[in-house]
Amino acid sequence: MNALEALGVRVALGGATILDGVDLTVAAGEWVAVIGPNGAGKSTMLRAVGGLLPVAGSISIFGTPTERLTRRQRARLVATVAQSPVVPAGMTVFDYALLGRTPYIPPLGRESSADLAAAGEVLARLDLERFAGRQLDTLSGGERQRVFLARALAQGAPLLMLDEPTTALDIGHQQDVLDLVDELRRDRGLTVLATMHDLSIAGEYADRMVLLAAGRVAASGTPREVLTEELLATHYGARVRVIDGDHGPLVVPVRSTAGGA
Amino acid sequence: MTKIKERKRQAGWVVAGVVSVVVAALAGLAFGPVNLPPGSVAAEVLNLIPGVHIHSGLDEREIAIVTQIRLPRVVLALLVGAMLALAGGCYQGVFRNPLADPHLLGVAAGAGLAVTAVIGFRIGTGSAGGDVTSGLPLTTPVAAFIGAVGAVVLTYLLGASGGRDRSPATLILAGVAVSAFLAAAQTYLMQRNVDAIREIYSWLLGRLATAGWHDVLVILPYAVVTGAILLIFRRELDVLSVGDDEATGLGLHPQRSRYILLAAASLGTAAAVSVSGLIGFVGIIVPHTVRLLAGSSYRVILPLSVLFGAAFLALTDLVARTVASPAEIPIGVVTAFFGAPFFVLVLRTTKRVSL
Repeated sequence: MNALEALGVRVALGGATILDGVDLTVAAGEWVAVIGPNGAGKSTMLRAVGGLLPVAGSISIFGTPTERLTRRQRARLVATVAQSPVVPAGMTVFDYALLGRTPYIPPLGRESSADLAAAGEVLARLDLERFAGRQLDTLSGGERQRVFLARALAQGAPLLMLDEPTTALDIGHQQDVLDLVDELRRDRGLTVLATMHDLSIAGEYADRMVLLAAGRVAASGTPREVLTEELLATHYGARVRVIDGDHGPLVVPVRSTAGGA
Repeated sequence: MTKIKERKRQAGWVVAGVVSVVVAALAGLAFGPVNLPPGSVAAEVLNLIPGVHIHSGLDEREIAIVTQIRLPRVVLALLVGAMLALAGGCYQGVFRNPLADPHLLGVAAGAGLAVTAVIGFRIGTGSAGGDVTSGLPLTTPVAAFIGAVGAVVLTYLLGASGGRDRSPATLILAGVAVSAFLAAAQTYLMQRNVDAIREIYSWLLGRLATAGWHDVLVILPYAVVTGAILLIFRRELDVLSVGDDEATGLGLHPQRSRYILLAAASLGTAAAVSVSGLIGFVGIIVPHTVRLLAGSSYRVILPLSVLFGAAFLALTDLVARTVASPAEIPIGVVTAFFGAPFFVLVLRTTKRVSL
């Protein structure tokens, strides 16, 4: 079964068409990276799948069309880490992770011991136990990103969506976070759909890539098929050299000779 | 595990809150122009429970002072304080803004304008230019309530006209616009009725009416409904604090939750304002003090705000009516005069600084 099946997704915001008939299929257990130049509609695509936008077209999550899912049901299937989530003042790391259990808590109820255990287990898995009592706004960028991830994992959803998960991180922390996501994907059988900025890193971790440009799918396939000098020149207007790496193609920006000394 | 320790600590704060309510209420009942022993006062209050008979040692007259004069007023102070603090905590959570107070969406301005109109034009008093000192006409609470609710509804309509993507900030801006407009109208009315200004000000600065149990009965249903809704929805405030997108992703309807919470808080505030006038400060300071002392989760802040808001207002009312006895200081003056230094003290002595 496919984790996600989106057909002809169209999103218009404020009169402008952001997504113009996007098809996107993600098999269960797969890591798919959505790439594309600024304004191509990458984040919008994730928001559409997450149910944050009015969408034309059809989106099915694990075989169920989204219009047949309540928000709570959808929240048990899809967990999203936004690009820069709000950091609530004064909230502890444990309480933040515990919010991930919201879709399981009855409207008038409180967290069960199972919910507390689930949040605790996720914090332990992400090596965040020693931060449990710390306030989220006192943590560093890399630590925060792990806490955001912890909240999403506590949701227990099989489809994990990450919007630019590494934007605010230095190169070492980028690798830490993505290695962690990859391990979790294998341990827990998660499916990962991530928008990614850094093409080389995206190519190293993703099984498949989808290149969005101007609200349409410009190319999709394995990193080797998508990360080509021609496609990147066409859609990014970028001058790059693509070098073959151990885990995928490495994209190296090259300065144009016209500007050289 | 830290969670268990935290819950124990929070239970400790609840006990402290209940104790402070009892102490404040007893003080409010025992002290005044006639000071009575608190133990006897407590016995008399218990005697109100059917089937309880304790010898308190108070005479007829003293019993009447406690049960007929002071008790309704203390209960009113507890209810109004609880509601203002609860509504304030709710507003701060909904708007993710530490400066939000229960009067933010036009409640104060709407009530102010309506009361100014009623007092200025002597609506409902029968005789134009009637005796100013005989107290406010009975229509004042009704007018205040209608004005407050009307202003909030207007704010909602304006805020909602921004289309689908309206943010909480739109609502705040609409509230600012509505408040400014109504305040302008109120100022104009006051200019036209200079002779009534003193009376209008006495209302604007807040007063706990002494109309016996009547006021208590008037606001009790609103207090119960508001309290129930806000306490039921308080977990959603925590979820809303992580942002609308995240809240949606966690299965909530943020817009719907927000409107339910705001409607309940506004209704409670309107009811409080209708009997007490504009008592500032409680709605901002009490929730923040609770937050600084007991933690940032709204599941803790809201119930504790109820308790400490009630205790705070009962105590300030005691100060308001005893310090310059037999005259009364407007309670809004007292809340700010004693509340502000206390809050600075709390700010300086706690480690949690994030609001």
